[in-house]
Amino acid sequence: MSDHPLLSVTGVTKRYGAHIGCADVSFDLYPGEVLGIVGESGSGKSTLLNCLAGHLAPDAGQVVFDTRGHGPRDTITMSEPERRMLGRTDWAFVHQHARDGLRMGVSAGGNVGERLMAVGARHYGDIRGKAADWLDRVEIDTDRIDDRPSTFSGGMQQRLQIARNLVTGPRLVFMDEPTGGLDVSVQARILDLLRGLVRDMGLSAIIVTHDLAVVRLLADRLMVMKSGHVVESGLTDQVLDDPQHGYTQLLVSSVLQV
Amino acid sequence: MIRIENLCKSFTLHNQGSAVIQVMTGADLSVAQGECVALTGVSGAGKSTLMRMIYGNYVAASGHIFIGDMDVTRALPRDIIRLRRETLGYVSQFLRVVPRVPTVDVVAEPLRAIGQDSETARHRAEERLARLNIPERLWSLSPTTFSGGEQQRVNIARGFVHDYPALLLDEPTASLDAVNREIVLDLIEGAKARGAAIIGIFHDEAARARVCDREIDVSRFAGVQAA
Repeated sequence: MSDHPLLSVTGVTKRYGAHIGCADVSFDLYPGEVLGIVGESGSGKSTLLNCLAGHLAPDAGQVVFDTRGHGPRDTITMSEPERRMLGRTDWAFVHQHARDGLRMGVSAGGNVGERLMAVGARHYGDIRGKAADWLDRVEIDTDRIDDRPSTFSGGMQQRLQIARNLVTGPRLVFMDEPTGGLDVSVQARILDLLRGLVRDMGLSAIIVTHDLAVVRLLADRLMVMKSGHVVESGLTDQVLDDPQHGYTQLLVSSVLQV
Repeated sequence: MIRIENLCKSFTLHNQGSAVIQVMTGADLSVAQGECVALTGVSGAGKSTLMRMIYGNYVAASGHIFIGDMDVTRALPRDIIRLRRETLGYVSQFLRVVPRVPTVDVVAEPLRAIGQDSETARHRAEERLARLNIPERLWSLSPTTFSGGEQQRVNIARGFVHDYPALLLDEPTASLDAVNREIVLDLIEGAKARGAAIIGIFHDEAARARVCDREIDVSRFAGVQAA
């Protein structure tokens, strides 16, 4: 394990007028680590994720990423083209709704290939070969390579979105409710897939979800948010098994046992 | 290898009138390499609580828990993750797995986590499963549908697949038949012989007498209830 954080977040704050989106959030994420962010709807977890991923400009704070070329850089103050480049190479973002992360009018192979072309791949055969390989890795039949994602089921669309995101070998993946809105059997398949990919590619990931079972299986560490503030953080099983904050105790004890 | 000093634990229930339950005070314990120590005491005495504190699941109120030279009560999450990966194994009573993952991969996972290649890890996992009499036709299936005894043996196979220098065993022989119980006790003796420090909870008295060098009655660390 490396001793340098991949992502170092300090004092990230975002307000919507008088309303607090997220306030004074700080943490370090190390290579290969998976951080879960949980909290109920409106707790600020998606706002935080969007600030970290450069989709929203925070009002204060730093998001320092250890870039390949230039070492640690604050991604909030870097230029827009630089940030976009990061979003195409070292960063990936998996949306809750696959249609937000896919181009629905382009074939499955095209969706995966497009991200490769964005980083300079030009050889058609190579791109198609790599796209086919990734469809296979996310368990989509390669016969469907020329079909549009609009003809896919929800679970397949989500797996395609994951393939599109990971094909360029990112080092950090942001995920917003990656299994939300899917059947439990489909969820299990996606969790299994994500866990394998995280381990095999040595990825770091930040996963926002309200599903405690998902973070227990995927996340090494956990942050609990309430009204824009981080109320508790620590090792995932410690936060879930011995929650210290009243809100976390309520959250954990509210889960229905199956 | 494992050293516990003046360990205390309380739970504060914020949603039940902030009741504070003092469950342990002044626990002291040390376990040398190659030694197996049994935790005893009636149900509710705090055996599992102590195990979970050692594993870093529960937060200690005060005191120290050293595994090698790391103090679990003060370590950062990433240090505990590394400790669990390399040094400290835990066989719990229940198997918790990602649905759909084949048994052989569940067992091989601790080896994959320390960077062994999939071939070697798989081979060693198969060896462990065979030793614990899990029929080969089940290896490619997810253990979620297995019987209680089978799940427990998968859990044990997973806990013993990597040679951890320190091991926590929570009722490793419960719900096992005589043959498999014998195999598990052999595994424990094997781990002791290679120098592992072991802390275990065994309700099975004969098993405890056979593998444990000492017994610690946890009820003597019982918390003093605040008036």
